[in-house]
Amino acid sequence: MRVERFLSKSTGRSPGKTALVTAERRLSFGELDGMAGALAAALAGYGVRRDDRVLVFMDNCWEAAVSIFGTLKAGATFSPINPSTKAGKLAYIVDNCEPAAILTQARLLPVVREALAGRGGRPVALISTEGSDGVPDGVISFSACLQEEAECVGHGGIDSDLAMLIYTSGSTGQPKGVMMTHRNIDAASDSIVTYLEGRSDDIILSVLPLAFDYGLYQLLMSVRLGATLVLEKSFAFPQAIFETMRRERVTGLPLVPTMAAMILRLPSLGPGMLPDLRYLTNTAAALPTEHIARLRNLFPGAKLYSMYGLTECKRCTYLPPEELDRRPDSVGIAIPNTEAFVVDGEGRPVPPGVTGELVIRGPHVMQGYWRNPQATDAVLRAGRKPWERLLYTGDVFRTDEEGYLYFVGRKDDIIKTRGEKVAPKEVEAVIHSLPGVMEAVVTGVPDPVLGQAIAAMVVCSTELTEREIMAHCARHLEEFMVPKIVMLRDELPRTDTGKVSRRLAAGALEGAE
Amino acid sequence: MFEMTKQALRAFMVESFLFGEETGLPSDTESLIGAGIIDSTGVLELVAFIEDRFGFTIADTDIVPDNLDSIDNIAAFVGRNIPNAAAA
Repeated sequence: MRVERFLSKSTGRSPGKTALVTAERRLSFGELDGMAGALAAALAGYGVRRDDRVLVFMDNCWEAAVSIFGTLKAGATFSPINPSTKAGKLAYIVDNCEPAAILTQARLLPVVREALAGRGGRPVALISTEGSDGVPDGVISFSACLQEEAECVGHGGIDSDLAMLIYTSGSTGQPKGVMMTHRNIDAASDSIVTYLEGRSDDIILSVLPLAFDYGLYQLLMSVRLGATLVLEKSFAFPQAIFETMRRERVTGLPLVPTMAAMILRLPSLGPGMLPDLRYLTNTAAALPTEHIARLRNLFPGAKLYSMYGLTECKRCTYLPPEELDRRPDSVGIAIPNTEAFVVDGEGRPVPPGVTGELVIRGPHVMQGYWRNPQATDAVLRAGRKPWERLLYTGDVFRTDEEGYLYFVGRKDDIIKTRGEKVAPKEVEAVIHSLPGVMEAVVTGVPDPVLGQAIAAMVVCSTELTEREIMAHCARHLEEFMVPKIVMLRDELPRTDTGKVSRRLAAGALEGAE
Repeated sequence: MFEMTKQALRAFMVESFLFGEETGLPSDTESLIGAGIIDSTGVLELVAFIEDRFGFTIADTDIVPDNLDSIDNIAAFVGRNIPNAAAA
């Protein structure tokens, strides 16, 4: 099934039901469907065709939901971009996927303009929400697009077309576009709503960015279910979020460990304050066992799902909540209609207790990285059957005797901070671009709220301060990638063979915190 | 007093969130979250700064946008709390 059918089917069932709640407005399924249809007609009018890429560079606003479904209704492929992305990286993404259109917000227009400056090639339709002065010359008004007659764009697309290109931090330092077909998303979302026992009367509150697949799927799954999504921009004010949850009678709350740590810091919270809450989910990084116990105490009526996944297949595993007491540190079993197993260096399954690489098989596995066959071949490899490819996750796992999976560590240097993956090389490349920097090494150090905090050790030839290096990073990187710790040194720690040692640097940086 | 509080807040934000670059400073009424100035951990830093600088403790029930999501809101919130702190 194509993903925009999630919306039209739910609209057919209950057009007047609330689909989306944001601080600015509430949209029924009928309104969301109508707006997406109008935007699709407008996009088609501006030359967007089947399989074209469309960037959605917005924060968690209702316009972003309309943009995602509008793009799909036009037969095109959407790519959600984190709103804190800076011009340099956005320019890389534009060059990489050559979008036919960019949908954005007034406050982000300067970043888009800088990214597009001096660029040749195919013209990009730039569509923006209106600021206090409307939209500038050369920019198409988002609200004007919604005035179009909503019509079904006859794009001829089928469900093996690409629905989404979602960029992920690559270990080489350049972001990689994960290609997902409609069928991939259909399979992944069907599997997830099955084990979460999702219902049309669910009310899900999400503060996770729509550019992060965990956040994006909250929208896709709630629309699929005909449920309601309460979309918030940030978890910065947990008390305000809890007030909204009480008011909207929220039944589902997706978490990352950073949010759990913030909730558990609030002394005024007591058990039973969110009586409607049916379930909590956690992914992106493991919750400390103590936090699991405290969350269950705080939300006694809610099931807690520990999950694990990566963008390349959306989700890999979940722990059935009834297993939480027996194996609180396990991320569980493969999600429904998929397989997950641990293999040795030759791809052979290993017995319980032996560590190896986690491999994923199923209809949710991506099609590869956009225009990057080398990186694709490194992770998608020949499977058991001649017609399939398996996903090698790069994560080291083991199983217990009953087949439950345990995360052991990463095979590479990827840092997980605030639930997002960061390749140290991407941060190092930015630091290196600052004049006066000779060498830099970036690593993650343990942090009680962030999971890992990004830390950099830098050698300079001229007088640079820690602050200047952080400021440079803040100008060129998404906010979650900016180092929290910068240490200036005369030289970087090296191994006996003279190679810069990330591990030794991590040791020194941890001590510096 | 109000203006002095706002000056202190602006200086803190430039120093802590904008890495010394005043050009990124939002207007006094602008949402700090909406403008992308602070995130979840930024709010915790902001709370620690206010407690330290103005000498009162912020209850977690007071960590809400009405009190903390713009320079004007924070200055008013500080103004409401300083007399209490002085009396205590």
